[in-house]
Amino acid sequence: MTAEKPRGIRAHLPLFYPALMLAIFFILPFGIMVAISFSQRQPGGFYIPVFDIGNYKNLYTALFARVLGFSLFIAGLSAALCVLIGFPFTYFIACMKRRAQVAWLVFLMSVLSLSEVIIGFTWSLLLSRTAGLSNLLVFFGLMEQPVSWSPGFAALLLGICYLAFPYTVLVLYPPLSRLDPALPEAARTLGSSPIRTFFTVVVGSLRNAIVTAFVLVFVFTLGAYLLPQILGRPQHWTLSVLITDQAIYQSNLPLSAAMAIFFMMVSLMLVVLLMIIGKAKRIETI
Amino acid sequence: MSGLILEEIDKNFGSVVAVQDVNLHLPHGRFVCFLGPSGCGKTTLLRLIAGLEKPSRGSIMLDGEVITHQPAHQRNFGMVFQSLALFPHLTVGENIAYSLRVRKVGKTARRQRIEELLNLVRLSGFTDRHISQLSGGQRQRVAMARALAIEPRLFLLDEPLSALDAKLREDMQVELRMLQQRLKVTTVLVTHDQREAMTMSDLVVVMGTDNRVHQVGSPLEIYRNPLDTFVADFIGTSNLLEGFFSGSQKITIGDRHLIVEDLPENLSPGTPVTVSVRPEDIHVLPGIEEGDNRLPGQVSFIRDVGSSVEIYLDCDGLQVISQSTPKGRPAVKQGEEATAFLPAAACAVLRS
Repeated sequence: MTAEKPRGIRAHLPLFYPALMLAIFFILPFGIMVAISFSQRQPGGFYIPVFDIGNYKNLYTALFARVLGFSLFIAGLSAALCVLIGFPFTYFIACMKRRAQVAWLVFLMSVLSLSEVIIGFTWSLLLSRTAGLSNLLVFFGLMEQPVSWSPGFAALLLGICYLAFPYTVLVLYPPLSRLDPALPEAARTLGSSPIRTFFTVVVGSLRNAIVTAFVLVFVFTLGAYLLPQILGRPQHWTLSVLITDQAIYQSNLPLSAAMAIFFMMVSLMLVVLLMIIGKAKRIETI
Repeated sequence: MSGLILEEIDKNFGSVVAVQDVNLHLPHGRFVCFLGPSGCGKTTLLRLIAGLEKPSRGSIMLDGEVITHQPAHQRNFGMVFQSLALFPHLTVGENIAYSLRVRKVGKTARRQRIEELLNLVRLSGFTDRHISQLSGGQRQRVAMARALAIEPRLFLLDEPLSALDAKLREDMQVELRMLQQRLKVTTVLVTHDQREAMTMSDLVVVMGTDNRVHQVGSPLEIYRNPLDTFVADFIGTSNLLEGFFSGSQKITIGDRHLIVEDLPENLSPGTPVTVSVRPEDIHVLPGIEEGDNRLPGQVSFIRDVGSSVEIYLDCDGLQVISQSTPKGRPAVKQGEEATAFLPAAACAVLRS
C-alpha cells in the first residue's frame, strides 16, 4: 500500500460531515456532562455552573464502591461465560455446512431483534413460580413443587448472557470461519488428540479474537440498566440504575454526571489493561 | 510385507467419487509421487493415508499392520500441507517442537532436536522467529522440519511447493530429494507438476480424471512406456497417432505403415490402436521420402527457443511435432517439404 496521503482542504472535505456529526452528537454532549459534573447542585432547582470537585469527593461512599464493584463483577462474569460457551459453539457452527451455518446465524440475528424489555419480562415469567419452567420439571416428576428462580443473581446473570450471547457469536464467527482447516488437521497429524488440538491450536491461534469478544461483551453488559431491575433484587442493581436514580428521581444531575464519568474512566482503564494483557508477549513455552 | 499397501480403496463424498479402486504397494524408504490433473483424487488418497479421511471401502496396511481405522494422531506420520498450516501464534521453534511436546519429550531434548532439525533444513538460529517474519521458502523448510520432528514412519507432502516461484521451486525440489535420501524415510508427495514428479521420485503413481490409478512405475518407465493414452498425453508432450493393427509388428495410419518393436499382448489384426511417439525421438528429414515409418509432409511452423528447436510438420492433416537440439540451423525451413521419420523403437503402441 503506497497510496498518498490526502493533501489540502479539498481532499479533506469529505471528512467534514462525519467530523461535524461527531462533534454535535458526541463530543459536545460529553463536554456538557463533564462540565456539569464539576458544578453544584441547586436544591429544588437545576444546578449552578461553578468549578467544584465536591461531586467527585462525594463518590467516595460504601454504597458507590459496592455498586461499582458489583457492576464490574457481573459484566466480567457474564463476558467470561459468554466467551466460554460462545467460542466452542461458534467453532461448531463454523465447522458445519454452509447452509446450516446461515440458518444458525439467521436464528441468532433474530434473537437480536428482541428488545431488552421483552427478554427481561419473558425470563422473569419463565423463572417464576406460578408459570415458570419449574412447573414443567414438576410435571415430569423431576421436582417436588414449583419454585421461584426470579428475581435473583442467577436469573440476572442468565438474562444478561442471553442478551449478549448473539453478539459474542457474531464477533467470534468471522475469525473462526477464516481459520485454515488445515491447522487443526496439522496438529492431528503431529499426534495431538482432538481436545488438545482445540485448546492448543484453535484457541491458541485465535487468542486475539477471544480477548476482543470478551472486551466487547464486558463493555456491552456494563451498561445493563433494565435487566437488573427486572431480574435482580436491589442488591443486584448496577451502577446504571444508581446513576439514573440520582439523575431522574433525586434531581442531582451533577453527582450522577460525576458518577458516570468516574465509571467510564474505570471501565476504560480495565479495557486498556485487558488489551495490554491480550497483546503481552507469552511466556516461553519451548 | 514392509512398506505401505493400499487395497481396493474407494472413497466417496456423498455421491461424488473421489478415489476409485486403488491398489498400491509403496516400498519402504522410497520417494513416491502421486501425479495427476486437478480433481483426480490424489490429495484425497494422501489424506486417506494420513488418516484425515476414512476410506469408503478397502484397507490400508503399513509394515504388515492394518491402520485403516487408526486415528490420524496415533499414526506417527509427518505431513506437510499445501497451505503449510504453520501455527501462526507459535514461533519457529514452538512449531517444530509441537509434536515433541505432545509426546512429553523433555525440555533439553526438545531444544536439542529443534537445533538438529533447523540445521537439517538450513535455518539455524531461527528458533525464536515468528512465522510472519519468514519468507515463503523459509516457511516451507519450517513445515518440513515440523513434520520430520518425530522421525515419522511416513513423510507426506501435499503440493507443498506450488506456492513458490519457479526458481525457488526447483531449488526446493532438489533439496527435498536430497533430504529424503539422507533420512531414508518413505515419502509420498502429491503434485500436478510432472517435472516435479520426474525430478524427485523413485516411483510415480499416475492418476487420471476418472479417479483411478493409471500407471505405477519409475519416471523413465512411465515416460518411455506409457500404459495408455492418458498417461502418454499427460506425461510430457507426445505425438498421438491413431490407426489400427494390421498384423506382424505393423500399424496402419491412414495409408502409411509403421513397423514397431513392442506390442500390447493379445492384439488381433484390425484392433484400433494409438501410437505414442515423443517429439525428441522424431527425426525430420529434408524432402519427401517414401517408406515405412516415414510420414512425408510440409513444415508448418518452427519454434526455436535456443536450447531446442521444435518443428511442426503437417503430414496429410496429421500434425507431428519433432524436438531436437541442433548445433547449427535446422535443416528445413517453414513451408518446405520434409519427412518425419519415426524409429521403430520409439513407437509405443497403446490400445485406443
